[in-house]
Amino acid sequence: MLKRRDVTAKLNDMRGESRIISGLGSSTYDLHSTGDTDHNFYLWGAMGGAAMVGLGVAMAQPDSNVIILTGDGEMLMGIGSLATIGVQKPANLSVIVLDNGHFGETGMQASHTNSCVDLAKIAAASGFKRAETIETEQELERFLQLFQDASGPSFAAIKVEQEAPPRSLPILDGVELKNRFRRTFNLFPK
Amino acid sequence: MSHQNKEDKGAMLLPLLKEHGVDFLPFVPDAGHASLIELAFDDPHIQPVVLTTEEEGVALACGHWLGGKKSVLLMQSSGVGNTVNMLSLISNCNFPFVALVTMRGNFGEFNSWQVPMGRATPDVLTAMGIQVYVVERDDELPKAVDSALYSAFSSDQGVAVLLSQNLIGRKEW
Repeated sequence: MLKRRDVTAKLNDMRGESRIISGLGSSTYDLHSTGDTDHNFYLWGAMGGAAMVGLGVAMAQPDSNVIILTGDGEMLMGIGSLATIGVQKPANLSVIVLDNGHFGETGMQASHTNSCVDLAKIAAASGFKRAETIETEQELERFLQLFQDASGPSFAAIKVEQEAPPRSLPILDGVELKNRFRRTFNLFPK
Repeated sequence: MSHQNKEDKGAMLLPLLKEHGVDFLPFVPDAGHASLIELAFDDPHIQPVVLTTEEEGVALACGHWLGGKKSVLLMQSSGVGNTVNMLSLISNCNFPFVALVTMRGNFGEFNSWQVPMGRATPDVLTAMGIQVYVVERDDELPKAVDSALYSAFSSDQGVAVLLSQNLIGRKEW
């Protein structure tokens, strides 16, 4: 089974100038562990909001590639976001869920995806152009080759091991995270 | 309030939003916002975005601003209850934020199930650090919306403009 930090490292190798929005919890630590950059916007709270923050960036900057990196628990809390993204169909947006089937930050309670819920099918039924469940190295490689071709929105539920790697903590200062991210679009100060 | 007056409200608000450079109108629909939403769908310069729940609109507006664009969230007072934790984004990151909230559960409400959230709306917003402007009369609306947009986008403030049922009229049953 794939390991979340290996997946994140591979994603980071392939990202180029992509902006990445990470969801509350382990995904934020995973993204930070690959190396901090102003092109990352880490959510430390607002659970369920990662997909919509990413959609906003993708709509505002249609020529930039935008990736949402989150977990199954965070995605489930904002599950309606998949419907909203499906209606808007931003070609430059990818949603990548590191799906370990558990709420890793709170004691590894089993989540809905550990039972019968299939996030990729929900994304497909919501109008995503491409939606897959990824379980192997080969499937991951193929997805990472394709995800930046601006033919999205694309979705991947990447099945990863149930583990809790050491935390890698970004800064908590939300104003700084906002301002430095905006500067990557030459948007500072206002 | 007559159907005609509701149409006038949308026709009055749309140019004001455009004057402030608002690009997107995320919304969960309400009858009190219907004319504005309808006009926006016909306008090439401002894009409505339909949501499944109001908290999506808070996060979406923050994302739009991260990408350099301006949003105004349209919702009903009951939806304010859905936004509460997501509003932490506004206070943690000082995102500029404007919501136009049509009130239910106050003057002349027939549906008593609307009353608890209507009663709590100003307090909930205030508790989360969002400023509240209450508008009771048609002629106060342009100034309130103009002020909200100015404060939010000139200095990263969060403002909700509450449109009283006095203003939008009661829902007839």
